[in-house]
Amino acid sequence: MPRSLKKGPYIHYKLYKKVLENTSKKVIIKTWSRSSTISPDFVGFTIAVYNGRKFIHVNITENMVGHKLGEFSPTRTFSRHSFSKKKKKN
Amino acid sequence: MTRISGIDLPNNKRGMIGLSYIFGIGKSTAKKILADARVNENKKVNEWNDQEINRIRKSVIDSVKTEGELRSEYQLNIKRLMDIGCYRGIRHRIGLPVRGQKTKNNSRTRKGKRKTVPNKKKATK
Repeated sequence: MPRSLKKGPYIHYKLYKKVLENTSKKVIIKTWSRSSTISPDFVGFTIAVYNGRKFIHVNITENMVGHKLGEFSPTRTFSRHSFSKKKKKN
Repeated sequence: MTRISGIDLPNNKRGMIGLSYIFGIGKSTAKKILADARVNENKKVNEWNDQEINRIRKSVIDSVKTEGELRSEYQLNIKRLMDIGCYRGIRHRIGLPVRGQKTKNNSRTRKGKRKTVPNKKKATK
């Protein structure tokens, strides 16, 4: 169920403040707030989103508006199943 | 044979069911289209006369996206997700369920046929 329109999108206030203050767009903003929605003001910024281990740099483009920051910083690593064993034996 | 938006409609079915053979038209949309074209719902497809067919064709074109157009829209939506590299896009790319389902077992629709792994160790108790 989506969030109520009355409240508006959730953006962590400190993150939003930082975005509005930095007009140069060259600063990389570190954030832990994965649940913040990407607002149109973010476009052009690079934001480092924490995934529990390290910060993943996300270049915000216009298409990303409306998604959450966490969607771009995966928390799980899955390196494919290896089928290589069989090949080596042959 | 009646052709609407590139699809042959079955002759011996009622209009509502017949129209639902088109990708993008379900029963309720078909009902609306028939009402819009002033065709009796109970008429079968082969009982439609030329004028009625033309009216139906027109209202299909005006009101809904169908077939190729709709399919390409679906593809574009998925492609958008994949291009921006968000979680849903990644799941689409590697062919796993997108909406948070468990993947320990099942989810065969997304994963495809089972691939057996040779010499897979069985869990020891």
